[in-house]
Amino acid sequence: MTEPRDEIVADEHGAGVAPTDEAARMTPFRLLASNPLTVVSALVLAVVVLLAIAAPWVAPYGINAVDVANALQPPSASHWFGTDDLGRDVFSRVIVAARVSLQVAVVSVTFALLVGVLIGVVSGYVGGLLDVVLMRVVDVMFAFPVLLLALAIVAILQPGMATTMLAIGIVYTPIFARVARASTLSVRHEPYVQVSRTMGTPTTTILRTHVLPNISGPLIVQTSLSLAFAILSEAALSFLGLGIQPPAPSWGGMLFSAQGFLGQAWWMSVFPGVAIFVTVLAFNLLGDGLRDVLDPKQRTLIESRSRR
Amino acid sequence: MRVAPRQLVVFLGRRLLYSAVVLLGVLVLVFALVQVVPGDPIRLALGTRYTEEAYQALLAASGLDRPLVEQFFSYLGHALTGDLGVSFRSGEPVTALLLQRLPATLSLAVVGLVIALVISIPAGIWSALHEGRLSDAIIRVTSQFGVSVPDFWMGMLLILLFSTTWVLLPSSGYVALSDDGAQWARRVLLPGLTVGLVAGAIMTRYIRSAVLEVASMSYVRTARSKGLSSGIVVRRHILRNALVPVLTIAGIQFATILGGVIVVEVVFAWPGLGRLVYESVAARDYSMIQGSVLLIAAMFLLVNLIVDVLYAVVDPRIRLS
Amino acid sequence: MSPVLSVENLRVAIGSREIVQGLSFAVEPEATLGIVGESGSGKSMTVLAATGLLDAPGARVTGSSVLTPEGAGPLELVGARRSALRRVHGDKIGFVFQDPTTSLNPLLTLERQITESLEAHRSLTRRAAASRALELLEAVGLPEPEQRLQSYPHQLSGGQRQRVMIAIALACDPALLVADEPTTALDVTTQAQIIELVRTLQRERGTAVVWISHDLGVIGQVADDVLVLQEGRPLEHRGVVELMDEPRHPYTRELLAARPRLGASTPPAATDDGEVLLSVRDLDVRFSVTSAAGRSIVHAVDGVSFDVRRGQTLGIVGESGSGKSTIANVLTGLVRPHGGSAELAGEDVLHRASHDLRRRIAMVFQDPFSSLDPRMRAGESIAEPLRVHRLPSDGRPRDERVAELLELVDLPAAFAQRYPHELSGGQRQRVSIARALALEPELVILDESTASLDVSIQARVLDLLRRLQSELSLTFVFIAHDLAIVQQMSHDVLVMQRGQTAEHAAAADLFADPQQDYTRRLLAAIPPDRPRRAVG
Repeated sequence: MTEPRDEIVADEHGAGVAPTDEAARMTPFRLLASNPLTVVSALVLAVVVLLAIAAPWVAPYGINAVDVANALQPPSASHWFGTDDLGRDVFSRVIVAARVSLQVAVVSVTFALLVGVLIGVVSGYVGGLLDVVLMRVVDVMFAFPVLLLALAIVAILQPGMATTMLAIGIVYTPIFARVARASTLSVRHEPYVQVSRTMGTPTTTILRTHVLPNISGPLIVQTSLSLAFAILSEAALSFLGLGIQPPAPSWGGMLFSAQGFLGQAWWMSVFPGVAIFVTVLAFNLLGDGLRDVLDPKQRTLIESRSRR
Repeated sequence: MRVAPRQLVVFLGRRLLYSAVVLLGVLVLVFALVQVVPGDPIRLALGTRYTEEAYQALLAASGLDRPLVEQFFSYLGHALTGDLGVSFRSGEPVTALLLQRLPATLSLAVVGLVIALVISIPAGIWSALHEGRLSDAIIRVTSQFGVSVPDFWMGMLLILLFSTTWVLLPSSGYVALSDDGAQWARRVLLPGLTVGLVAGAIMTRYIRSAVLEVASMSYVRTARSKGLSSGIVVRRHILRNALVPVLTIAGIQFATILGGVIVVEVVFAWPGLGRLVYESVAARDYSMIQGSVLLIAAMFLLVNLIVDVLYAVVDPRIRLS
Repeated sequence: MSPVLSVENLRVAIGSREIVQGLSFAVEPEATLGIVGESGSGKSMTVLAATGLLDAPGARVTGSSVLTPEGAGPLELVGARRSALRRVHGDKIGFVFQDPTTSLNPLLTLERQITESLEAHRSLTRRAAASRALELLEAVGLPEPEQRLQSYPHQLSGGQRQRVMIAIALACDPALLVADEPTTALDVTTQAQIIELVRTLQRERGTAVVWISHDLGVIGQVADDVLVLQEGRPLEHRGVVELMDEPRHPYTRELLAARPRLGASTPPAATDDGEVLLSVRDLDVRFSVTSAAGRSIVHAVDGVSFDVRRGQTLGIVGESGSGKSTIANVLTGLVRPHGGSAELAGEDVLHRASHDLRRRIAMVFQDPFSSLDPRMRAGESIAEPLRVHRLPSDGRPRDERVAELLELVDLPAAFAQRYPHELSGGQRQRVSIARALALEPELVILDESTASLDVSIQARVLDLLRRLQSELSLTFVFIAHDLAIVQQMSHDVLVMQRGQTAEHAAAADLFADPQQDYTRRLLAAIPPDRPRRAVG
């Protein structure tokens, strides 16, 4: 019902006849802002990012300021999140680890996005044998659980931040390839692309002007969700001691060392875990909010609801 | 049910062929794993235990000194007959070590899958059928929480609660089902919950949208126009049709479960394949890594092949045409 | 006779918008009420609300709708409890919906789908219900009904599925049958059969029918009374003969004038002396189709030949699956043919077509909603072919040319700044036409270019096309399923059936004296001009 109707009796195209339904159509940004969960998660992410950037200046203690005399102190005014088994301030380590975590997530997802979209768009648009081969490769990658594939890559290279980024990047590439391919396939058969082909438009131009802009919605959604999963994967790798290497702080690494003190120092395991949880949750909720707005089927649904 | 065998055979044949192609790809990737290691994998694996004799012995046993093509076909041939070589670490046959670890992982994966299904199927269906209501909102938010929790942290919290704070369940160790069923159940519960809760949260979300999509189909309106009770409309028309996407989801999410198993086994000191992978990566025992990666991927493919067969049972469009 | 359904002052509102604004009507046994309106007129919502099947979220229904089936007391359906409505649905009221491909449950046998309501309302045993299902399948004329009981919907054609839908709707001998655009998704010959079927069954069983359609031709064939709706308002409600002979409301008059009719107008007769612009010989197109159960080859176009003379129109007509659109796709390079040849003024179109050749053939697609990139302004879309071919070459600004083109299709220049969602369907199709004309093509292929427009809009776009053809001396290949429109537009007509040429002749000859059986069947299936009641 959001489609405009032809002016039935007098088909005059006065400049001001924009159908009323359309005038009421909301911009994507306003739609996003109308969902409180999305706004809250965006704000939380903004705080996390700011903290991560400002971590070196905000952190009250050095990340590796060992103070054995004050080991395993519960949360207090001087140590908000308590101290660990070496007397290091958990709060300082948590916010510095945010920086590492976000850095790994952003770099690896950017890698996955670029490579995956290239593979997916080419595969979906060109089709034929190339598509079959590329998609079988993607299927093969999907046969491995994410963490297993990441572990195998770490096993080949030396563990460390660069390896972690590369491993997570490779692991999430097939997902982007599939999303990009599926969207490309549906856009490819749209009449506006067909018309453009009949004009003799070069393929690269079609991809640039029609396909990429029109598949950006699902890709933005997938990016947000993948950032969430990338943070989880990095944490898992670091927890296993195969991601970020100590003494550099990482949420997963902190949880690993907290394991031995579960009964004595709950704060060592709770705060880094909450940090992961909140950040991942925020990315997931943001991704959900974006999907509602950028998926046109969902979009009409929200619009019809908000007008009630 | 009348079955047209030809269509069924063609369909299953195609799916079998497809699985074989993917399995071959998996084998190539697993084989390549050792080849792309920068440096000498055997030297890396031996580490401080390096001696010239040990090196030569392992080199001969692994066949890494032979030409690449020959190595591949030899690996392929052996792998297909169940021979995955010997461990770089212990020199024992990889297959035997894997089989030793398999029951623990299967226990965990199956319990995890059952818990995930038991949670997600009712929650997802309920949520979809009550779209926009309070119960839907609660289920959506809860499942979003579940998706966002790192599984190893959830494991730690469960230990903190049920083993440390209230001493109800053991925090680690595995007892074979065949040895002592009660002990097995006590021990598998916490790790199984950890795996199942996370996978269940993800599956709840997918099942919800699958059911919602079916509920909006035109044939559901037709069913309603017949004046059927809402129970029949839901069971016979919505859920039956939602079964196909739900099966797909369960098959794909089996990978999530197997992935979750790796970390959870480490948290709960569970002597399964996941821990084996982890230990092998840490020890750079490449033949072990290859073997366990291959086995886990093969398990995933097998589950999805079973899902394909179930499709054919559920959907007459595949069975007949 | 007392009416089966009597509706008073029915209103439906969603939020602050009133979608149905105070309708009153009644249907008597064995009579048919036709409800006509263009898209957005609220005709489906009216009937769903009146029968208590409306499930749009947040819709509020007020007014009254009383069902009085024979041998039962009256029942108010507006605001009735769900359980009361469930007892009525499927038992006293049967429903047939538009799209037979999606209206049947793909996982249940036909028997199960028919017996469901019998078990729910008549408490029949499984066996009694099954034998009743068989009777019903026989009654709706499904071939081999006994075998069909155990079939699944995907094993039937569209027309057969709609017959099954009718069997389901009539299973419990309802007093009222609601048919919501039941023939819109069907080919014209199938449509004629379904109309006959419903009429026969209605007469046998004394069923009252509410038939919703956008097509006045169909309504003329089925209805006794007609209600004309526009934007949820009733405009005219009279007997079908009076309404069609002396429409009172200007909108009704416009609808009647705009509907495509055979013999309404024809272009000047084809002349044989014009230069042949497009020459197609023995065109052959095959697709390989992969389904879950294997691969098969579909012969989409099989040995089709034709010539189109400069400045004239060849109409290609056929039912769905006849291969008519495939020809368009081959000529524009979207599909590669298996064999045959096509030449545009002597130049090969099918193989190694030059960039320049793409300039000379343009195409306009059916769906105005998806033929424009939603992220491009109308002006950018029109300028796209100019950009691709680096035009205008004389260095004039492209905007100027875009404004010229917009003027050509009767749109103001300011429309260049609008996005597709800010345009109506007819306006979008005009933008598509402007884009097609941007490169001054010699040949324009129109593939069902007006099929998804409302009739009043369609008539205007057809006028525009005729004007453009004479002003710019364009050559058209006009592809459509609607014979009346093809007659209005074409000098020559090619009738296609299952990929082959069924008949190919000058339009005047073909319509006056069809030579082939298939053409005669197609022509006979078109709803006649006069309503059936007027004829007798």
